[in-house]
Amino acid sequence: MAAQHPDARPSPAPAVGTARAVAPRMGRFAYFAFCAAVFVFLVAPILVIIPLSFNAEPYFTFTEGMLRFDPDAYSLRWYREIIENEAWTGSLVNSLVIGVSATALATVLGTLAALGLASPGVPARRVIMGILISPMVTPVIISAAGMFFFYSNLGLGQTHLGIILAHATLGVPFVVVTVTATLAAFDRNLTRAAASLGAGPWTTFRRVQLPLIAPGVISGALFAFAVSFDEVVVVLFMGGVEQRTIPRQMWSGIREQISPAILAVATFLIVFAALLLVVVAWLRRRAPG
Amino acid sequence: MYGCHRVGAAAVLVAVAACGSGSDAPRSVTTVSWGGSYGRAVNEGANIPFTEETGIRVEVEDFNGGLAQIRAQVDIGEIHWDVVDLGVADAVRGCDEGLLERIDITSLPPGSDGTPAEEDFVADGRTECGVGNLYWSTVYAYNADNIPGEKPATMADFFDVEKFPGRRGMRRVPEVNLEFALIADGVPLDQVYATLDTPEGLDRAFAKLETISDEVIWWEAGAQPPQMLADGEVVMTTAYNGRIFNAQVLEDQPFVIVWDGQVLDVGQVSIVAGTPRLEAALQYLAFATSTESMVRIARRISYSPMRKSGMPLVTTHVVAGVEMEPHMPASPANAANALRYDWAWWVDHKDELNERFSAWLAR
Amino acid sequence: MGGGDRVPQGGGPGGGPGRPGGLRGAIPFRRDQLRALGLVAPLLIFVGVTFIAPLATMLTRSVHDPVVADALPETLALLRDWDGDGLPAEAVYETAARELERLGEERTIGQVAGRVNRVQGGLRSVFTRTVRELADAAPDPAVAAETPWRDALAGIDPAWADPMTWHAVRTTGERFTSRHYLNAVDRERLPDGTIARQPEERRIYLRLFWRTLLVSGTITVLCLLLGYPIAHLIARAPPRRAALLLVLVLVPFWTSLLVRTTSWIVLLQTQGVINDLLVAIGLVSDDGRLAMVYNMTGTIIAMTHVLLPFMVLPLYSVMRGIPPQYMSAAASLGATPVQAFLRVYWPQSLPGVGAGALLVFILSIGFYITPALVGGSDGQLISNMIAYHMQTSLNWGLAGALGGILLVGVLALYLVYDRLVGVERMGLS
Repeated sequence: MAAQHPDARPSPAPAVGTARAVAPRMGRFAYFAFCAAVFVFLVAPILVIIPLSFNAEPYFTFTEGMLRFDPDAYSLRWYREIIENEAWTGSLVNSLVIGVSATALATVLGTLAALGLASPGVPARRVIMGILISPMVTPVIISAAGMFFFYSNLGLGQTHLGIILAHATLGVPFVVVTVTATLAAFDRNLTRAAASLGAGPWTTFRRVQLPLIAPGVISGALFAFAVSFDEVVVVLFMGGVEQRTIPRQMWSGIREQISPAILAVATFLIVFAALLLVVVAWLRRRAPG
Repeated sequence: MYGCHRVGAAAVLVAVAACGSGSDAPRSVTTVSWGGSYGRAVNEGANIPFTEETGIRVEVEDFNGGLAQIRAQVDIGEIHWDVVDLGVADAVRGCDEGLLERIDITSLPPGSDGTPAEEDFVADGRTECGVGNLYWSTVYAYNADNIPGEKPATMADFFDVEKFPGRRGMRRVPEVNLEFALIADGVPLDQVYATLDTPEGLDRAFAKLETISDEVIWWEAGAQPPQMLADGEVVMTTAYNGRIFNAQVLEDQPFVIVWDGQVLDVGQVSIVAGTPRLEAALQYLAFATSTESMVRIARRISYSPMRKSGMPLVTTHVVAGVEMEPHMPASPANAANALRYDWAWWVDHKDELNERFSAWLAR
Repeated sequence: MGGGDRVPQGGGPGGGPGRPGGLRGAIPFRRDQLRALGLVAPLLIFVGVTFIAPLATMLTRSVHDPVVADALPETLALLRDWDGDGLPAEAVYETAARELERLGEERTIGQVAGRVNRVQGGLRSVFTRTVRELADAAPDPAVAAETPWRDALAGIDPAWADPMTWHAVRTTGERFTSRHYLNAVDRERLPDGTIARQPEERRIYLRLFWRTLLVSGTITVLCLLLGYPIAHLIARAPPRRAALLLVLVLVPFWTSLLVRTTSWIVLLQTQGVINDLLVAIGLVSDDGRLAMVYNMTGTIIAMTHVLLPFMVLPLYSVMRGIPPQYMSAAASLGATPVQAFLRVYWPQSLPGVGAGALLVFILSIGFYITPALVGGSDGQLISNMIAYHMQTSLNWGLAGALGGILLVGVLALYLVYDRLVGVERMGLS
């Protein structure tokens, strides 16, 4: 497959001569077919979960009844099971509490830092940026192992606070990156104009900068929330029974017993991700530049 | 200028920490068990009645055996677990290493017929830091729907991928698997541990495992084997006998247990040394190993009680109504061809074999 | 043409567009600088405490372990005089017996035994049993013997009459040690101080590092092969269609990693959707269902899916900036489509290829969750081994050393990425 794609590149130039016209057309077709296959590869695995979560039987594949669209082959039993199961509802509460707190922390600190980094003449800007973004590339197993030792020594092992701090750290790079990108498109003369009209730094920030960078801040916050809401390794290392989050619950579900209830949770998370995606896309359109 | 933001965030954190760490929470005890259908049996048989009687909340955490998490907690100096359901070899090792509290068996309640605890417990279930609660077996089982024609009947059949092609499930530890390998290789039951005790015998066991290792899916949690059998992911798998039994009677799965060369073992309940909730832990342990609790558990999953007073009280399964005795690992018919787990041998060899086994897997 | 050129805020201090900073004199500039630092400081301190310090703790553990040194101080002091050949003096045995007994009373023998065991397998049970039996086995002072304590200990377990046991005690007694790093590259220090390869059956880490690099490389190449054409398609599509296609790339990007991993288990397992499909269309027989999960195949498929958006997004943002006229110009000058692609388009897309490939490679060498869930026993990577030593074997020093090596590798690639692309363009488009 791979070998054919250079030929497959659609050429805007008209083909020279009839003998050579067939090859580009076939190449073009192969190119589109290949791209379509890749898009299917990207999206189909996610979509396939959704109908399976309505399976009336405890199987992970389409039963004959499902393929015939027999309404009896579909049911909401797995959704009922997760709603009635305290372990799942409890983990949702934990995920939300931890996610919201970590996001608040990461967003406030990250936005301030991005503002600072965007202002003229910050010393060692590149190094600071490198440090702030490093939690994003550091293999999470290493971060989690280090945090396990360090936080336990501080008495923060198996506490909500410990996990919130850890998740905030992992979310920080996303806030810094997004807000920095928004600020890059931001016209600095506006703040100068505000200052020359007598606004103090705080007023300038609140009345001029914040409204303009708000879309970036909010998408950064959504990224940070998504990171926390999907994080499992830190929770595995540092969390106890009382800090079980949805990903942690899914982790043991996948490792120990894949019940179709997991597919119901997964469907819920897919819908949630789609919502996040829509909001972020909308915000990006509103962002300056 | 940004002070209020930071104060805001800090306030959220403090509020969360206060409600999360549970400093003023009602008394609770964290018990650690093996999850799945066994976990449910313990929950219904011991945890819920315990909370009803004492008002102490029982937090349940699942694990897959071993001392690692306990060692980690003791090493790092933060004890989160209180009562742990361990194998005998681990209970003895944990005791030697100072990880577990010593338990005085005479402090436990007498049997339901009044027999003092020290006479009521069978001798098997007695070590310094653990109280035996049940007999269980690692067996192998197959899904009758997925094996047409002749069915496997011996341990040798499990290792015979030509006669019975298809993937196998095995627990991701050396224990029991090495014994199975030697039994399948023709070593008589009474020679298994003597053979393992020699370097040649160990090599022989690993070599036998090697013959099927390409076909093996290694499981960790006891709930996985019945799942893999039901999904057809494996044609046969080693498993804890109670898990297969529950799938048979509660989910009508066409699973068959092969009672040949299975390893018969004892489960114990221990308390983690240095737990700040020692009193509640002791209270829970006494309750969970009482005749009544053992019988309630044994009527939910096929593991025999270790109190003599409990044995005759186990009648039928509470939901399925089937007679439990024919499914019990310690019943004479089932135990006839069983290998008794030699915990003393494993106390001495578990660490080095765990290491050798994981290196063998990682090749 | 580089991706870095496309970063408006790139470059060092003073590199921004149209800034009259220099004209305003030294004093306001310095105040600006202070104010900026004041804004950055809280986060820098936060990350320092919540992230850098934990990493430092872990790295410290890979070279520093005082437990045995604190537990057996006198024995270790006496062992300093031992030549490492033959058995140590009687005084060592007597002191060791006394110190071991104390550890038994304090119930802290486990931590010492566990560490010694890692140097010499089997010693954990030797130590714990010795402590258990020491009270009954103490030498009888009435019986004259030349080495009563040595005989007593060797009577409990012959390992005490093996110099390797004492070598293990001495090795673990070092407060600062290089043995975890040696172990992480399959080496060990022999009693005579030389460094040698580990015995055959314990050489697993170099192979695992190698496998991790190989798998990451494979996944990077796969992502490039799959991602390049679709990035090109999106970059050339009219805006509305491009936005729609981008959503198809972003949906998996935003979907929970655990959800995606679950999907792959459901799809790939023996009785799963893909095998059912293959059987239904007669491509494979019902008995010949393919084993695509719980092995390396599963790891590679699922990781490629997870990482593909990280390849497509940087490729797309570079390709979007390549003017289509270049290709038509090449064609009008007589180049075949292949020539035009190789000579004109490909070189211009290289910054995107570099950024995407580096990012995918960096992320894949640290992957843990997907291999752990779909990898079976042969689809595990170095991160899974670190998790094993963190959680199961509790060889935290070795976990730290393996993590330290991995971290250095990742950081080196991260620096390259920063040079080529700029870290603030990481992962997002």
